[in-house]
Amino acid sequence: MKDKKNKKDKKRIIYFIIIAIYFIFVLYANLSGISSGIEIGKNLISFLSYMIKILPCAFILIGLFETWVSREKVEKHLGHEGGFRGYIWGIILAGTMAGGLLVALPVSSALYRKGARLSVIFTFISASAIVRIPMTLFEASFLGVEFTAIRWFISIPLIIIFSIFLDRYLLKQNYSMRM
Amino acid sequence: MWFFYVTGILLLLSFFADKKKTKKALFIAYKRFIIISPSFLIMLIFVSVILYLLPQEKIIMYLDSDYHLVNVILAALIGSVSVMPGFVVFPLAGILKSNGISYMIIASFTTTLMMVGTVTFPIEVTYFGKKVALIRNIVSFIIAIIVSIIIGIYFGEIAI
Repeated sequence: MKDKKNKKDKKRIIYFIIIAIYFIFVLYANLSGISSGIEIGKNLISFLSYMIKILPCAFILIGLFETWVSREKVEKHLGHEGGFRGYIWGIILAGTMAGGLLVALPVSSALYRKGARLSVIFTFISASAIVRIPMTLFEASFLGVEFTAIRWFISIPLIIIFSIFLDRYLLKQNYSMRM
Repeated sequence: MWFFYVTGILLLLSFFADKKKTKKALFIAYKRFIIISPSFLIMLIFVSVILYLLPQEKIIMYLDSDYHLVNVILAALIGSVSVMPGFVVFPLAGILKSNGISYMIIASFTTTLMMVGTVTFPIEVTYFGKKVALIRNIVSFIIAIIVSIIIGIYFGEIAI
């Protein structure tokens, strides 16, 4: 037990050192004009502003979901009682996502906490990379409807099959998500 | 920005329906965010470095139009490590297409870009653990390759 805690502390210290070195480097580069550091700093700010636009909304929606949607409802549709329809719901939910994995991952943790089963959650995460509606419209307009259609019809069954297998495997391992 | 409006409207509805519950929802939002924020920070650092090493111009350079399986895998690897918001990906794909890059390569690149998360890996590990995150990403990579090959066959880019 104590050993585990020590290991965790060590890990934290290493993380802290890496982060500190990173910020010192970026700051120093900006002061003394090292171009790579300036570039990296710019990237940091531009991606940070992208995250600031998306994440607060995502987490507020997660909060609302956790307070307003009952566990019974989630279990009924996305849990073990949901049957195959659970996957359809997972895919529909994925269609409404914004922000890719960045948002899909916290959402999946909220779903899990409310009793959604793992296979539906994995379907949801992977599908959110493929079927997000605003993105799909974009995709079809740039690459053609055929391209998008094939991508959907090939990847979705594969995603569902994989999710079912992973769920079964993890069930045997007594797996549970963290937090 | 529709995401922003939807959140705003739902938050207002919730507020008028039940102030106490709304407060609780905001508290949950805050708590969930705080727990995961160290992973977000690490991801940000990754992203800023990767965007420096692999900017868009370089991506276009590396994607080869020859219809070779090796190029499909290379495109998938580039897609796996690079980061881009969704609204940038497909205009870029449009540019790639007009530069003569095949559908197969584009499919491989865009699918892994969205489905395989190298930079979001620390976040995924925090939620799912190392093993599951690794399995999900590797399988996503394989699915992307399968999809690309079928797209290649459909558009007549590779002969069977």
